[in-house]
Amino acid sequence: MEAKIAEIVSKYQSNPGFLVPILQDVQKAFNYLPREALQEVGTQLKVPISRIFEVATFYKAFSLTPRGRHQMHLCVGTACHVRGAAMIGDGIERVLEIKAGETTADLEFTFETVNCLGACALGPVLVVDEEYHGQMTLAKANKILNKLGKKVVSDEEED
Amino acid sequence: MKKKIESPAELTRLQSELKGRIDPAQPCIAICAGTGCMAYGTQKIVDRFREEIQARGLEGQVAFRTTGCHGFCEKGPMVVIHPDRIFYQRIGIDDVPEIIEKTVLGQEVIERLLYKDPVTKQRIVHEHEVPFYGRQMRLVFGSNGLIEPTSIEDYLAIGGYSALAKAIGGMAPQAVIDAVITAKLRGRGGGGFPTGWKWDATRKAEGDPKYVICNADEGDPGAYMDRSLLEGNPHSVLEGMIIGAYAIGSSHGYIYVRNEYPLAVKNITLAIEQARDLGLVGENILGSGFSFDILINRGGGAFVCGESSALFASIEGRAGEPRAKYVHATDKGLYDKPTCLNNVETWANVPLIIDKGADWYAGIGTENSKGTKIFSLVGKINNTGLVEVPMGITLREIVYDIGGGIPKGRKFKAVQTGGPSGGCIPEAHLDSPVDFDELTKLGSMMGSGGMIVMDDRNCMVDVAKYFLAFLEGESCGKCTPCREGILQMRKILERICQGEGRMEDLDTLQWMGQAIADGSLCALGGSAPNPVLTTIRYFRDEYEAHIKDKKCPAGVCKALITFSVDPEACTGCRACARVCPTEAATGKKKEVHTIDAAKCIKCGACFEACKFDAIKIA
Ligand SMILES: Cc1cc2nc3c(=O)[nH]c(=O)nc-3n(C[C@H](O)[C@H](O)[C@H](O)COP(=O)(O)O)c2cc1C
Ligand code: SF4
Ligand code: FES
Repeated sequence: MEAKIAEIVSKYQSNPGFLVPILQDVQKAFNYLPREALQEVGTQLKVPISRIFEVATFYKAFSLTPRGRHQMHLCVGTACHVRGAAMIGDGIERVLEIKAGETTADLEFTFETVNCLGACALGPVLVVDEEYHGQMTLAKANKILNKLGKKVVSDEEED
Repeated sequence: MKKKIESPAELTRLQSELKGRIDPAQPCIAICAGTGCMAYGTQKIVDRFREEIQARGLEGQVAFRTTGCHGFCEKGPMVVIHPDRIFYQRIGIDDVPEIIEKTVLGQEVIERLLYKDPVTKQRIVHEHEVPFYGRQMRLVFGSNGLIEPTSIEDYLAIGGYSALAKAIGGMAPQAVIDAVITAKLRGRGGGGFPTGWKWDATRKAEGDPKYVICNADEGDPGAYMDRSLLEGNPHSVLEGMIIGAYAIGSSHGYIYVRNEYPLAVKNITLAIEQARDLGLVGENILGSGFSFDILINRGGGAFVCGESSALFASIEGRAGEPRAKYVHATDKGLYDKPTCLNNVETWANVPLIIDKGADWYAGIGTENSKGTKIFSLVGKINNTGLVEVPMGITLREIVYDIGGGIPKGRKFKAVQTGGPSGGCIPEAHLDSPVDFDELTKLGSMMGSGGMIVMDDRNCMVDVAKYFLAFLEGESCGKCTPCREGILQMRKILERICQGEGRMEDLDTLQWMGQAIADGSLCALGGSAPNPVLTTIRYFRDEYEAHIKDKKCPAGVCKALITFSVDPEACTGCRACARVCPTEAATGKKKEVHTIDAAKCIKCGACFEACKFDAIKIA
């Protein structure tokens, strides 16, 4: 970890002004911001750990807890909202039994809401592991979850 | 081509050389590879075109360009085939060989891929004849479809960096500022502050170095034009910034761009490198003695960081909290040095003004709003996309003539402009001209250019609540009225949506809105009440329906609606019963189904699944 962080920090000439991009790179390397990594960044940049936490908790892009194997990002930008994104979000929360912003206990799924993805024509948009799915419906979302191994109740007879 | 250009004259020579290399009669396939089209799976089509061109040995005869966003996102994936500008929409991978065979090589038009006018039912062959484009004025955005954003040669070949050569080669810095003042350019980031005056103040401020910054934070959750400009034509933004830096006397620039925009980050990073290689950025630009360099700073996704002083804090590596504005950024901005912050689109307007002249520019638009504005026309609209229109065009022209009206023949209800700081404008004001001052008069604002169309299935109370919830999460928390006030207003709206509202809530919302606006440090809090205040102003009866009748006329607020089966329409297909997660919807095959209100959680699954419109929401 120390070496990886040293590599990132030196990319920004150990300049504390680049704390936000540095943390972005750290998060990319470890999938989230582990406490030890933040401490290491603080030591290497000579920035107090309180400042690091201030920044790490301020920006929405940072996560202090591990994220799931599958990342689900539902666009709740205005255009997607007026096309019913909230209903789909409720559906995903119900199936995964977590709230937006959380990760399932088995670390399989992280579900997050995001703002406009620039694909409003396709709204509502759900991005699953970086792949865009447009004109999202509850049924489509369930199908995607099923495919990724989450059993969605439909034990009804197939008639 | 890595040799630095040493004078404006040399730049002009290079431009004409590059232009000369392009044979205007040569067929060129320009495919839109903007974010929207990429989401449709355009990458596979791009690969297919490349393979096909290679397999047929057509390299050198047929040019192929992957461009930025063309704007007509509704109809992607799309290609335009030059020189005739034949426009094909919603193309698939399998159409590729036919397009090359018939249209590119054989001059034959493929009917089925043409755009069909929904009104006249006519197929339209050329891009410029499509009504969506026809009513626009694409001065800033138009080049997106012509160039590869990753090629500085493309940009130079269409005359790019001429304005820079003109400014540096023959205009004193003050003359550049005067031109921007005469053009009456106003900031496109939301506030509409006169750009020239801001430059002038920064130029005259004491302090060294001076900074120029491009605001590409684009926080409005329904807008994506800044992103598309940076992705599709990064050099135009860069050129504007270099000209601005020259005029202001700045040696250091920043581009603050959201990390969630990876393609924009990539393209602008590359653009800066290319410009540096050619001596358009860096030391002694075009041999003039003027030096200027730019760094990119990736934002961490906080709406408030679009605000100027919060943005400076973020670039300095701190949490993005605004500070009081009695000190102007033009005096003490980034690192307490004189700083000029402008929006992406503002910067992209600058080369136009210098190139074509301030008077030409000032001839477009209305008395106090000049030039064009790019809007993201989205929501319940037939032609979703980015549209660039002259200031002064009416909302009706945008929604109906360009946007093609409301899908499925539903009724127009409102158009929301200005993002979370703006408001919802009803039908009665559709004929208002769109400019900074007129939109403000209506209680909304220009904002960064989100334009969200809503129909009769959208609840105005819900929309107001949506924006408040957004702002509640984005408030930096420094001022109590903003942090606590927005939360309380949202709770009141929540209650109204639950059917537990009281008529006096409307008064409370109004005075509270005023108090929040008055008591907030920055414009986030200052404008936060707008979505609530405008919806109360224009859609009071809808609030009253929620409060008095306990009804949500649009059928959105869960507590106030019930799901039921229309026995006339139900065919007993069991689609609803199969998807219902709580077994509320039940029924035997071929018999009319029912929904048990006690079990129903109003998730909407049955409504979505029914093919016969038999699920009624009331
Ligand atoms: C909460 C808040 C968010 C803002 N977000 C943005 C933004 O995303 N992009 C932008 O250009 N301006 C944004 N602004 C406006 C900027 O503060 C600033 O006025 C603008 O960037 C100046 O550029 P302009 O004069 O070219 O418009 C925001 C302002 C506030 C108060
Ligand atoms: S008005 Fe809100 S966002 Fe702005 S400084 Fe105050 S608390 Fe922060
Ligand atoms: S609002 Fe969802 S993609 Fe634009």
